[in-house]
Formats: sequence, C-alpha cells, structure tokens
Amino acid sequence: MEDQKKLAEFQEKIDADIKIEPRDWMPEKYRQNLIRQISQHAHSEIIGMQPEKNWLTRAPSIRAKKILMAKIQDEAGHGLYLYCAAETLGVKREQVLNLLHEGKAKYSSVFNYPTISWADMGAIGWLVDGAAIVNQVSLQGTSYGPYSRAMVKICMEESFHQRQGYEIVVTLAKGTPEQKQMAQDALNRWWWPSVMMFGPHDAESAHSNQSLKWKIKRESNDELRQRFIDKTIHQGEILGLTFPDPDLKWNESTGHYDYGEIDWDEFWNVVKGNGPGNKQRLKHHIEAHENGKWVREAAIAYADKLNSKTKTA
Amino acid sequence: MGLNTFKMKNHNLYQYCLQLGDTSFILSHRIAEYCSKAPHLEEDLAITNVGLDLLGQAESFLKYAAEIKGDGTSEDDLAFKRKEKDFKSIHLCEVPNFDYALILVRQFLMDIYNNLLFNELSESKDAIINGISKKSIKEIRYHLQRSKDWMIRLGQGTEESNQKIQYALDTLWMYTNELFYDSSAEIELEKEGIAVLSSSLETEWRKKTKEIIVEAGLVVPENQPHSMQYGKDGIHTEYLGYLLAEMQHLPLLYPDAKW
Repeated sequence: MEDQKKLAEFQEKIDADIKIEPRDWMPEKYRQNLIRQISQHAHSEIIGMQPEKNWLTRAPSIRAKKILMAKIQDEAGHGLYLYCAAETLGVKREQVLNLLHEGKAKYSSVFNYPTISWADMGAIGWLVDGAAIVNQVSLQGTSYGPYSRAMVKICMEESFHQRQGYEIVVTLAKGTPEQKQMAQDALNRWWWPSVMMFGPHDAESAHSNQSLKWKIKRESNDELRQRFIDKTIHQGEILGLTFPDPDLKWNESTGHYDYGEIDWDEFWNVVKGNGPGNKQRLKHHIEAHENGKWVREAAIAYADKLNSKTKTA
Repeated sequence: MGLNTFKMKNHNLYQYCLQLGDTSFILSHRIAEYCSKAPHLEEDLAITNVGLDLLGQAESFLKYAAEIKGDGTSEDDLAFKRKEKDFKSIHLCEVPNFDYALILVRQFLMDIYNNLLFNELSESKDAIINGISKKSIKEIRYHLQRSKDWMIRLGQGTEESNQKIQYALDTLWMYTNELFYDSSAEIELEKEGIAVLSSSLETEWRKKTKEIIVEAGLVVPENQPHSMQYGKDGIHTEYLGYLLAEMQHLPLLYPDAKW
C-alpha cells in the first residue's frame, strides 16, 4: 500500500516536471532504468574516444590536431560527469566498468565502425555527434536532476564538436577532387549507422514506453531520428554531397523528409557484438584498465598512508 | 647591422625556435599517442591537458620560425613537411611510451626542465619568445605540480609502483644529458640576451629533481652520457623516423591539399 502511495506521488512529481534528486524516493525500476541508460551513455563517451584517437596521431594540421585532441578530452570529461551521475544512484564506477568489460553493458554501436580516413573525423563530428545532440538536447529535460544537469553541460560542448566535424567536411568538400571523394566516401559509410543511433522503431523499442512515462526519455526514437534527418540533409546538399539513400525526399504534406528502409539486420548484428570493431574496442579498454591497475592501487595505498599519518598526528 | 649579420641572427633565431617548438611538438605527440589509455579517466583528462598545452607552445614557436624564414612557409609546412634531419627535438621527448611509469617520469624530467627554461626565457629580449614564454610558464607550473605529485604518490605508493618508477628513471636518465647541451644557435643568441644556455640550467635542475626523487623514496641514477650526437643538432633516435612517418603521412601523400 505504502509503495502504491509513493508511486502515485512520484508520478505526480514527474507529471508536474519536478526533478527527482538522488535522496528522493524512486521506484527501483526507475533507478535501474536510469543506471542502465546513464552508464550506457558514459560507456559510449569513453569507447567513442577510440575511433577518433585512431586519427589523432595523423591529424594533418596543428590546428586540426589541437581541436581533435580537445574534443577527445571533452569526451573523457563527459564520461566522467556521467559516471558521477550514475554514482548518485548508488552504483560505483568500478561496478559499471566491470559490466562493460564482461560484455554485459552496452554502448552506442556506432563506435564499433572503423575510422579509415581523415574524413571520418568530419563525419563523426557532423553526423554521429549531430545525432547525439538531438538526443541529448531532448534529455536536458529528463526527470532525473543530476542526469539533466550533466546533459546541459554536455550539450554545450557537443555543439562545438558538431561544428568541428562539419568544418572538416566543408574543407574536404571544397578541397581537391580526392578530398571531396574522401568526404563522400565517409558520408556513404557513416550515414546509416548515424540514422540507426536512435535505436529501433518505436514499436520495437524494449524500454521506451516506461521511460517516456517516467520522463527519463522525453521523445521517442522515431521522433528524434526524424529531427536529425530533417536538419542534416540540407547541410550535406549545400556541399554537393549525396546521401546514400535513394528514397530520401522532401515530403511537402508532412513537412519532413521521407527516408528509406533501415537495414535492421545490420543494426542488430552490430548491437549483438558482430560489428567490425566490437572486440577491438572492448579489448583496448580492458587492456588500458588492466595496465593501469598498479597505478590505481598505488594511489590508494598512498592515500591510506597519508590518512593514517593524519590520524596519528 | 650588416645584411650578413642580420641573416646569421635570423638563422640562429630560426634554429632556436625549431629547437623549442619541435621538442614540445614531439612530446605532445607522444601524449596524443597515449590518449584513451590512461589508468583512469581523470588521468586521461589531465595528461591530455598537458599535451594540449605543449601543442599550443609548439604551434607558437613554429609559427614564429615560419615568419622568420619569411618565404611563405607555414607552421604546418614546418610540422608536416620537414625532413627528420631538420627537426631539432631532443632525444628524451622521442622515447616511445613504454608504460605509464615511463610517460610520467619523462614528463616529470621535462617539466622541471621547462619550468627553469621558460622562467628564464620570460626575460628574453626577443619580444615574441618573451611573450610565448610568459604564457607557457603559467601552464608549465601546473604540469610540474601534477607530475611531481604523481612521482611522490607512485614512489611512495606500493613496492610495485616504486620499482616501476625507479626502472623508468634508470631507463630515461641517460637521455637527460642532452638537456644541458648548448646548441650553436643558443650560444650565439645568449650573447644578445635572447636565448638561455642550456648548460646554465643544469645545477638547478639536478638540485630540484634530486629533492623530489628523494622525497618519493627513489634513487637518483648515476650520470651516463649515452651519445655525443644530439637531437638539437638534427641527429635523432631511431624512434623519431617512425613517429614522423605516421604524423606526416597525410600532408605528404596529398601535397596540394589544404586541411
């Protein structure tokens, strides 16, 4: 009975757009759902460092290198806020990292695709970050306070990332024929994975309904996907680039772009771990974590020594 | 000043800016290689900050070098289209990232050095070097604070961490001699109050490093010059060629492209 009453009060707060804070009562499923979503988001940020880091040592100008390095650093920072936001729900960073390493926690599948040319740095910023922003702007209104506040800060930096990526694409599209081809090739490879970032269609989305009711998510996968497509097409066309979707066309009556069928077989294949980079990305993270074990242990040992000194002093 | 004297002075200034710029540039590249591999997220953020600062310093010096060269060369041309023998980076910065201990110790040795060097260069009579150094020294003080804290933390942490840091110190120590080798450019420019003689920093460097190494519970290695040929003269370690092959790959493959 008590729980029913609490649940009703909880829903009232949600409906009135009052943020839920760490010490507030919340249904266990709400907590679990948030832990899953926030840690998944955090993992995406840190795994997402790898495909970009792959070109950091080959960035072709000092300016490009500085910007890319700062961008990857921002992503580490985003991961950090998000792990901290998850900690407010009672789960330690080490725990969620273990789940990642055991293959039990997911991250955005888009980061399992390889980055094989410099133009991919443009495509990731323009399309992948562009898609992420659409989702994250929406999440600024999420019902959980710490997550919502993390999103506000993250969105500011993400919009810089998106511009940085688009700038690379613009430079290439206006460059030599080879550079323009590089940009087109990157668009061909990154377009569909970016469209898929919003997840399954609404009818097939496992976690969506409850998440919407609790305002963990504010808009559905398909609504967000449509917004991303609508805002991106013009940005590509103005550069003379072609999107790899023959069914893409402006629909006067809906006021949106129609788009072709998504290859869900590929989507589920990558989600299930058969993507080209899944094993590689995870292995990289596990190795870095294991190689750093002695450093973390030593830092703790040193802190303990300092603490015991202060106690005896 | 006669035309020849002017040319010589510019030649020396150009070489000196390369020496300063290349050293920061190569070290920042090594840090870039380490991106996403740090022991924890906070350290990934912190060390990347150091790398970004170094990259900014390198950019300023290379830009100035390009200006002095005055033939339309850009800082990117110097960074991405110069041959290995024309680089003036010092050997210590070229050493690859073996593990976190080596990365930390390399940084610590350089931070102490840069702290002394840029402090002096903040008084340089060359307005540009003076300006870059005044900006850089603020960053370098933070770098040194960070690497010093980690040296003590890991030196005093566990037996394993102490051994790893000691091993890194022993491995890298032979490269530290070059820090105090006076290049011909700096010998000439020092007379005009523009440059600092590297050898003049040695006593203070040895004193400061020793203090921290001892506080960390570590042993200062024996001095052992490893080479009479130095990066400041354009003679490099075997490591640099691979680094440049990777770093310069795109601009060399597409020489007409702008990025």
